Amino acid sequence: MSHAGMTTIDNVRSARARLMRAKLASLLQRQGALLALVILFVFAAFRYENFLGWPPENLINVLRQNSMVGLVALGMTFVILTGGIDLSVGSLLAVAGVIAASLAGNGLVMALLAGVAAAAVVGLVNGLIISKARIQPFIVTLAMMIAARGLVMAYTKEDTVRVERSAVSFAELGRGKIEVGAFSLPYPVIILFVVFALGWLVLTHTRFGRYVYALGDNEEAARLMGLNVDRVIIGVYALSGALAGLAGVILASRLGAGQPVAGNGWELDAIAAVVVGGTLLTGGQGGVGATLVGVILLGMILNIFNLEGQISPWWQMVLRGVILLAVVVVQNRLSRKKQ
Amino acid sequence: MVSATGVTRTAAGQSRWSAIADYAPTYGAFAALILLLLVDSLFIPNFFHPSNFRNILLQVSPTVLVAVGMTLVIATRGIDLSVGAVMAIASAVAATSLSSGTALAIVLALAVAMGAGAFNGALITGFRIQPIIVTLALLIAGRGVAQVINGGQLIPFSNQSFEYLGRGYVGPIPVQVIIMFVVVAAIVFVMRATTFGRYVVATGGNEAAARLAGVKVHRTKIAVYALSGFLAGLAGLIETARQGASDAPNIGPNIELDAIAATVVGGTPLTGGRATVVGTLIGALIMQIITTSINMKGYEYSWSLVIKAAIIVIAVYIQRPRVA
Repeated sequence: MSHAGMTTIDNVRSARARLMRAKLASLLQRQGALLALVILFVFAAFRYENFLGWPPENLINVLRQNSMVGLVALGMTFVILTGGIDLSVGSLLAVAGVIAASLAGNGLVMALLAGVAAAAVVGLVNGLIISKARIQPFIVTLAMMIAARGLVMAYTKEDTVRVERSAVSFAELGRGKIEVGAFSLPYPVIILFVVFALGWLVLTHTRFGRYVYALGDNEEAARLMGLNVDRVIIGVYALSGALAGLAGVILASRLGAGQPVAGNGWELDAIAAVVVGGTLLTGGQGGVGATLVGVILLGMILNIFNLEGQISPWWQMVLRGVILLAVVVVQNRLSRKKQ
Repeated sequence: MVSATGVTRTAAGQSRWSAIADYAPTYGAFAALILLLLVDSLFIPNFFHPSNFRNILLQVSPTVLVAVGMTLVIATRGIDLSVGAVMAIASAVAATSLSSGTALAIVLALAVAMGAGAFNGALITGFRIQPIIVTLALLIAGRGVAQVINGGQLIPFSNQSFEYLGRGYVGPIPVQVIIMFVVVAAIVFVMRATTFGRYVVATGGNEAAARLAGVKVHRTKIAVYALSGFLAGLAGLIETARQGASDAPNIGPNIELDAIAATVVGGTPLTGGRATVVGTLIGALIMQIITTSINMKGYEYSWSLVIKAAIIVIAVYIQRPRVA
């Protein structure tokens, strides 16, 4: 009697342990990047004096430096969730930056709207060609990456467009900050968090967001269910263009100039951040929060390289590649186990 | 869907129309090339000067070598973004080992480049990670590796027999142009006449079906990425020999994009299952002739980018698979 009772308790215990393990594995799979970020954070906090501090200047700097690639990565997240890819973001960033810089004399609002709108329109054209002509996103956005770079170089005659000295309000966008008690938050950081919050709301609380996931999950099924697939595709590429444009305007404001070569290679940084965050390139799985974690994680790794001080730039490149691969391998293993 | 039509096609036997459709992509690109040459002959007076053709072939040869490897990778439904980085690694290995013998340096550099490609393939098949991510990681890390080998410096050298690769001539023809044509011919032969060629196309067409039919899918993929690495290494050696120095950060910039563009313009779809190697050569030639023509007309280089982009989209649109 007592013997049987013990076994039942043991069974319950081991079942509980199994459940805990399964929960842990599932948590790791979804939050692997977050876990890596926390471990790295604790490691760096103990190892480097200047990492934390109060007010946390170093951490705010990390956020500010990565705010622009973060915005690009947010747009890329929407595109990748539909199962697509956007290689044109770096060129669109340059288009927006050059337009904003040349209009900066007319005030911040005019320059910002014109830059973002121009990039959004080019993104919309991407979406139109992808959905109506049925050409793969990789090819359409590769062509747009080349064409937009060519156009912006032709327009500027390959010269930097300087922002007028009188354009004080425009310069404020990238260089200004708000003092909140001991904190001083740069505008780009505030924009980063506000836009990510909006992105999260759109993705999780609107019909458009549900359509984005549905499309990435199974395009054919989404079509059969009567979903206007073309409109969703056009929407995500226009959004990706607009966010690349916003990043371009902020960059132009920080540099005091619009550069036709700006943003070269940023598409790869943005894709890396999205993938490291845990959004799958096959579409349908992942989210905005994951990308924010991916952006901060990659930014923090660079910050740690700098604080370490002894790592040459080329070893940094090697380590970045290895870390990208390691994170993806671990995520892949965990998600396979779950299935 | 592409694979489904492929299966019905085989089941119904090769009808004449489907045979023509199979070759249309190559001829489409070929027609575009002829059209481009006609336009150039009308608007550019000295275009048909032999030295102009030699220059075009000289400039296009590294891209063609890389693009032919890319074509096979894409035929398996993969992609290789790391080719420029592998060029840099091969360049660094060759430049730092030239003192122990030219032949040894070349063999060593090509072996390392091939190993880097095989490493891509092993990660892609072993861990089932998408090719774009694996090769993106090598794109980021590879130039770092090359810089570590070079000690972060430009490595100049003076070695006549090595420089022959990039500067030598056989009669009026540059050595690198001969290498390019030999490689294209060899790969055409491999794709048309060997089992491996069939495996490559079968793997990209329908991987599951290929596996069931006994195709060693993993081995095929690893071999294809190794070949892509090898050809990128060869292109890297030629560029290094031409420049007389190993400049790891600046060798083959964005060549992966040029190679992908040449491949898709030449008629190999990104969805895999088909490899038009001659089409890739023609695609690369089209792109190079546009750059050269714009330059000879005195227009700005940036306009050639816009035209090339338009050609990529138009070519892929015309050649897109029609759903039966």
